[in-house]
Amino acid sequence: MGELRLMKGNEAIAEAAIRAGADAYFGYPITPQSEIMEYLASQETHKRTGMVLLQAESEIAAINMVYGAASTGKKAITSSSSPGISLKMEGLSYMAGSELPCVVVNVVRGGPGLGTIQPSQADYFQATKGGGHGDYHLIVLAPSSVQEMSDFVKLGFELAFKYRNPVMILSDGVIGQMMEKVELFDPIPRVTEFDQSWVATGKTPDRERNIVTSLDLDPHKMEQHNRDIMAKYERMKKEDVRYEEVDCDDIDYLFVAYGSSARICQKAIKLAREEGIRVGLIRPITLFPFPTKEIAHLGDRVKGILSVELNTGQMVEDVRLAINGKVQVEHYGRVGGVIHSPIELLEALKKTFITK
Amino acid sequence: MKTTDNLNMSTEDLIREENLVYKKTECMTDAVLSFCPGCGHGVIHRLTMEVVEEMGIQSDTIGIASVGCSVLAYDFMNVDMTGAAHGRAPAVATGIKRCWPDKFVFTYQGDGDLAAIGTAETIHACNRGENITIIFVNNGIYGMTGGQMAPTTLEGMKSSTTPYGRDISLMGNPIKITELVSQLPGTYYVTRQAVHTPSAVRKAKKAIRTAFESQKLKKGLSLIEFVSNCNSGWKMTPVEANKWMEEHMFPFYPLGDIKVEGKLIK
Repeated sequence: MGELRLMKGNEAIAEAAIRAGADAYFGYPITPQSEIMEYLASQETHKRTGMVLLQAESEIAAINMVYGAASTGKKAITSSSSPGISLKMEGLSYMAGSELPCVVVNVVRGGPGLGTIQPSQADYFQATKGGGHGDYHLIVLAPSSVQEMSDFVKLGFELAFKYRNPVMILSDGVIGQMMEKVELFDPIPRVTEFDQSWVATGKTPDRERNIVTSLDLDPHKMEQHNRDIMAKYERMKKEDVRYEEVDCDDIDYLFVAYGSSARICQKAIKLAREEGIRVGLIRPITLFPFPTKEIAHLGDRVKGILSVELNTGQMVEDVRLAINGKVQVEHYGRVGGVIHSPIELLEALKKTFITK
Repeated sequence: MKTTDNLNMSTEDLIREENLVYKKTECMTDAVLSFCPGCGHGVIHRLTMEVVEEMGIQSDTIGIASVGCSVLAYDFMNVDMTGAAHGRAPAVATGIKRCWPDKFVFTYQGDGDLAAIGTAETIHACNRGENITIIFVNNGIYGMTGGQMAPTTLEGMKSSTTPYGRDISLMGNPIKITELVSQLPGTYYVTRQAVHTPSAVRKAKKAIRTAFESQKLKKGLSLIEFVSNCNSGWKMTPVEANKWMEEHMFPFYPLGDIKVEGKLIK
């Protein structure tokens, strides 16, 4: 068993970054995730593992520092919260286009604009549909516990390098700020051998120069590049869809929820079952690739599906695409930093499908 | 045997190794430059790569191309390179250099990239004293997009977005970013050069060498501004452009060292 600690979600991210053998963190402070960089600074990462830590002048600079480190094959991570993530979107588009691996943490807060510092899931569209310009996707992991905040940093780097694509850990202010027991994984040494087929570490006589770029002015080559990237997304959909089912053996109704909303749904399920309402939960862990088939299968067995999100209805669109009209799919959510209660979710389920 | 008119040497003699007086550095590729005839970029590319070859650092050099006319620098420079988003090259270079402190890292940027959209990245990389080299080509115009006003466009200078000349009461002043960053403690070597004459080319190459050598000292950032021409954007012949540059650009952007070994030149 790994080392057990009581940690904040944000601290778990930071500790996991060190243990995952990350080479560099570049970031800019923003609530509610500033503990990530503070924790890394407290650990003097340059002494502990040699990991570079640098507070950048902006989120834009931070993601481009990540771009630089990643273009040399290094494991680089950055973190921010919603308004800062918007600033990183240009860089993420370039990274997806240049096929560079990295991990980006978004501890989501309410928007739009400066919004609020309270928790939210309002960045689902931005995270899963690309976010920046161009036709691309991030791999999106949605932790619902402090344990997963830690685990998904390690998983995130694995997926980022497997596909040479940026990975986003889409958390929120609840998971970032709350404290839970976490079992830390054993530290992984930092990588010292790099894949010379693509990294820009200096042209040696035994190979051609490596160029990291998202640009190609030849439209036919660029079309092929887009198709190659799309092929990676198709492979992700086959090999790396992750989800969790809770109490789905005997269901009449289904909650679909991720992150902190999924935790609240689990309590609502208990309350519902005390009243004899047979409801379960499917929790997408990868929001991209989305568990479309799995939701479709569960859809065959239920009378109604409620997509529970801390937004005005974003993931519900992907649930509806999965269900394709077979059964009623509705959305319930609170916004602006307000969080739904389990009783509220039970009432919403009843009002939507049972007592309507 | 065919002989040349003025050298009294046969073609066979001319191509003999012992008669070689100049050859293209192997740190430049064989790709045909995409720059307009008369443009300074090609010379600056070549000088940079000659320095890389002469220092024997090709395998330890990582370049960062920017957005603008130099966006395809990696087609011509035979070193590992990465292409940065517009203005972000100093941040990309920071990310690389922090992870590889013993590699030689340089950015190659134009005036729009470095002194407009990338001002924050430029100033903060300079201020942190990143041990990188910035090659900054200032031709006073946005060449690639078709000759719009740049942050360095002179007062009264015509561009496609200032067709009657830059009116500083409306468009603000041209920025001397090189003097600006020389004031920051993180810069170690700051100089302004040109490549319009053979003597200028020789000085320019020496400056590039100094900048790359400075990276070994880890005492801060080196920035070389090249005041250059844009005959296409300026709508002049190359000869006219160089003359105009001497008469108008140099008085506002005077050539010479601004900061050497961390000390300002008075």
